[in-house]
Amino acid sequence: MSILVLADLHEGELAATTAHVVAAAQQVGGDIDVLVAGEGVQGAADAAARFDGVSRVRLADHSVYAHQLAEPLSALIVALADDYTHILSSASTTGKNVLPRVAALKDVSQISEVLAIDSADIFKRPIYAGNAIATVKSDDALKVMTVRTTAFDAVSEGGSAAIEAVDTVVENTQSQFVKEELAQSDRPELGGARTVISGGRGMGNGDNFKLLDGIADKLGAAVGASRAAVDAGFVPNDMQVGQTGKIVAPDLYIAVGISGAIQHLAGMKDSKVIVAINKDDEAPIFQVADYGLVGDLFELLPELERKL
Amino acid sequence: MKILVAVKRVIDYNVKIRVKADHSDVDLTNVKMAMNPFCEIAVEEAVRLKEKGTATEVVAVSIGPKAAQEQLRTALALGADRALHIEAGERVESLAVAKLLAKVVEEEQPGLVILGKQAIDTDNNQTGQMLAALANMPQGTFASEVVVEGDKVNVTREIDGGLQTVALTLPAILTTDLRLNEPRYAKLPDIMKAKKKPLESKSPADYGVEVASRVSLMKVETPAERKGGVKVASVDELIDKLKNEAKVL
Ligand SMILES: Cc1cc2nc3c(=O)[nH]c(=O)nc-3n(C[C@H](O)[C@H](O)[C@H](O)COP(=O)(O)OP(=O)(O)OC[C@H]3O[C@@H](n4cnc5c(N)ncnc54)[C@H](O)[C@@H]3O)c2cc1C
Ligand SMILES: Nc1ncnc2c1ncn2[C@@H]1O[C@H](COP(=O)(O)O)[C@@H](O)[C@H]1O
Repeated sequence: MSILVLADLHEGELAATTAHVVAAAQQVGGDIDVLVAGEGVQGAADAAARFDGVSRVRLADHSVYAHQLAEPLSALIVALADDYTHILSSASTTGKNVLPRVAALKDVSQISEVLAIDSADIFKRPIYAGNAIATVKSDDALKVMTVRTTAFDAVSEGGSAAIEAVDTVVENTQSQFVKEELAQSDRPELGGARTVISGGRGMGNGDNFKLLDGIADKLGAAVGASRAAVDAGFVPNDMQVGQTGKIVAPDLYIAVGISGAIQHLAGMKDSKVIVAINKDDEAPIFQVADYGLVGDLFELLPELERKL
Repeated sequence: MKILVAVKRVIDYNVKIRVKADHSDVDLTNVKMAMNPFCEIAVEEAVRLKEKGTATEVVAVSIGPKAAQEQLRTALALGADRALHIEAGERVESLAVAKLLAKVVEEEQPGLVILGKQAIDTDNNQTGQMLAALANMPQGTFASEVVVEGDKVNVTREIDGGLQTVALTLPAILTTDLRLNEPRYAKLPDIMKAKKKPLESKSPADYGVEVASRVSLMKVETPAERKGGVKVASVDELIDKLKNEAKVL
């Protein structure tokens, strides 16, 4: 078995999710290469080389791979694909954008959001918003899959893999990067945070999310949101937790003014401890919450912040 | 410019699914079905582009059982001009769907193809990307804003860190995210009119595409249910429980 892991980058730096994908690759078993593709990403390659279990880092550092656009990145991976039995990435928006394209170019299926690896060709993945778990067997010679990073513990650091430059430069005349508006925050990243506090429609407006910020600061938590809160413009899209947003599985998840629709639960029900604060004592969120507090969030949140 | 929209028939998003007793699959008997919500957004975007004069014709395609024609009729009621049904089983894999759509693209030569970002049954999130690869077109996935300008389309994409804008050369493939638009409801007169709009039916064999699965479904299970816990009476009790019982503070 030989496995290629596509590294996740965030503004040119190696994203923490990559260590979880390497862990999934270790469960497949075999030699693991990590592909770092971007522009000015030597630092990310150095970081990837320190992961335990990595044999080699392949570094494609060129302007055509800047911003990891799908067209050039998939062409690059396809150029390297013959060396591998498995190609893995996280189920990040980059992984989801690029890997299906790679799979189709190689005429194989792609398996999304793998959450358990039973063997080199049998995998578990969620379907129907996580309300069912499918065990699937791939008959393709090349397995291309995205991994749900919250389902795999990160590998530790201590390795020193060789870094090899990849000289393949593909052309891209089809797509062009225009701009990026990235959320700037000192808080931990939503997908990897130990504690998450999320607000829903019940927050009323974007300003009121400050009530969550104070608590998040005290707990070192990331702040998330329901779709309703994002749709209403209270907070940006990258905060949406759920079936079609981010998947989180922190030690503690606090849902505030969120009713608990299945699409929201899909994104957080693997959290270790769930707290719900809602004024409706029949809100479905209470059916999954370990601790429910019924009441008005505008009274309860300031009190919680004060007493923490 | 012609726009092709791919619509999938899926379980209604409000339905809580059940797994079959023999764990072979999810039980879909007598379950309410509907158009995949992301496909509704795709149809809406195409229709708006037509209303703005950017598009001249909107063609809806669905691959699936005969009953998928209901969702095509819905697309027609929402403003699509004609529809194409490719009759196949319930579970056609994304790669096969993408291959069929690539054939339709070859035949119809659309300027844009709009798909949902994700079907809410398989949660695959891959068909549009695969179609883009097979049709050798650029892709604007998870779109929250689409602006056509000359021979380019500017697409704002919802990515993990925020928003990214890319400019793609037409023809291009787009997949919709939730914030792209708010789909309209079909009005009764439009539903009546839709019955008279053309709906053609074909088979995968007409396109020479093999729809056999590459990935076999071995087992479907219900995930471990979470037990609802307790209600606490006050903030003090909550903090106490989190500290001393759950030990997460
Ligand atoms: C295709 C599709 C994909 C979707 N994907 C997602 C997704 O990824 N993530 C997601 O979250 N949703 C998703 N949804 C939407 C989902 O179905 C729900 O509509 C959404 O989660 C509801 O958000 P909410 O709980 O904030 O709002 P509501 O359901 O309106 O609930 C608001 C809650 O706030 C409470 N409340 C109001 N005021 C107060 C107060 N003063 N104090 C305390 N409590 C108060 C109310 O009692 C209520 O329970 C998706 C839907 C579709 C169709
Ligand atoms: N059987 C199908 N018929 C038509 N369109 C489909 C079909 N399957 C997937 N699609 C399109 O691809 C999108 C993404 O689906 P998926 O990749 O399966 O999650 C859907 O929103 C549809 O636009």
